Amino acid sequence: MYKAVVIGGSAGSFQPILKILNGLNKDFRLPVFLCLHRLKHVRHGFVEALATKSNIPVIEPDDKEFIKGGIAYLAPSNYHMYIEPGHTISLSTEEIVKYSRPSIDLTFETSSFVYREKLIGIILSGANSDGANGIAAVKRRGGFTIVQKPAESTITTMPDAAIKATTIDKILSVDDIVTFLNTVK
Amino acid sequence: MQQSTEIELKDIKNLVAVVKSKYNFDFGDYSVSSFKRRLERILELNSIQNSEELLGQIISSKTFFDKFLKDITVNTTEMFRDPSLWRKLKTEVLPILAQNQKIRIWHAACSSGEEVYSMAILLKEEGLLERTTLYASDINEDVLSVAQKGIYPLRNMEVNESNYARFEGKGSLKDYYSVKEDKAIFDPSLRVNVNFKIHDLVQGAAFSKFDLILCRNVLIYFNFSLQDRVIRLFQESLFMNGFLGVGSKETIAWCKSADKFSTFCPDERIYRKEKE
Repeated sequence: MYKAVVIGGSAGSFQPILKILNGLNKDFRLPVFLCLHRLKHVRHGFVEALATKSNIPVIEPDDKEFIKGGIAYLAPSNYHMYIEPGHTISLSTEEIVKYSRPSIDLTFETSSFVYREKLIGIILSGANSDGANGIAAVKRRGGFTIVQKPAESTITTMPDAAIKATTIDKILSVDDIVTFLNTVK
Repeated sequence: MQQSTEIELKDIKNLVAVVKSKYNFDFGDYSVSSFKRRLERILELNSIQNSEELLGQIISSKTFFDKFLKDITVNTTEMFRDPSLWRKLKTEVLPILAQNQKIRIWHAACSSGEEVYSMAILLKEEGLLERTTLYASDINEDVLSVAQKGIYPLRNMEVNESNYARFEGKGSLKDYYSVKEDKAIFDPSLRVNVNFKIHDLVQGAAFSKFDLILCRNVLIYFNFSLQDRVIRLFQESLFMNGFLGVGSKETIAWCKSADKFSTFCPDERIYRKEKE
């Protein structure tokens, strides 16, 4: 029984994310943590753009927001998003990691520390290697790892780096990621 | 992450207990994930193998502990960070405070002081600096001494300038500093009314009363119980109808003292004390 999904992406991940959120069953029961690289100075608009197409609610959490199933949590601009033991999200303004805040590595690292083998980690299209250490942490702690098929990704740097960092369980097209998530127990 | 060691929750507990008993700093109610990350970063920066070795160094060297104290807290800050907040302070908060003869402002956990200088610049542009008293406090002596000097790396000025431009200040940020080599030296007259003070939000008591308290992106490093205590401290430290500003993704909604405040500006997270 999985308890959470964490998804990371950068350049070229917007359409895949929309497709995933739009393809999830309306009664999808797991919390979904989304860490997507985004512009530092643009605080508004992104979450609204995702929410209009999504079958589950998408929110930008406040610090110490309580985690609920069936909700997608988008890392706010210019904050790292961490998963805290005890079912809350905490935010951080710590140093930029791999040119990024939010850092995909850090969201993956903290969520795998909390959820261990009950976590599904997914890396999508992107133009740097952020997320590679994170997905390796998910794998090391027994979670399930998925990477978007490089052949289908707009920019393959991020999927390639993830595949290089650990033994990925499944390399899938976005359509297959949706099917997988909707059938996962 | 490719780390030589993994810090576990029991290591954190152990370390927190030792730091508390030996140095009387209490990190027991810090957010776990960021505290763990800070520790892992300290191991990496100092080439320390594991938490036992870290503990050994903390116990045996006060100098090491001072460095630890600086690195364990997060000191990311910018001038005019979240320009829309600063516009709101200018157009809606300061006009209310300007009705008083004197204005008192506390920058709690001000780190290296960028927001203190931002406030002084804003007050100067509004003609209020002379009748304002500011307190700038932090747990850490090193960062506070940076604040006290008002000298910042020139490379940071690009982001500060761009925030100031978005804030739509009256001039240019360059009007307030001179450049010497790779440093930006802020006009000392900006801090004539600023009192710098070592103060630990975890164990420090209320020390005065204020019309406005800014404490931005600090609560995120605290758990619920500590957030409660700190908001209670702020509530005690504010005059009735005084203002409290927190970070753009921080909220006091879940704190026990939340009912003592009204929300003045939900978008910018500005609250107002309405009950003792």
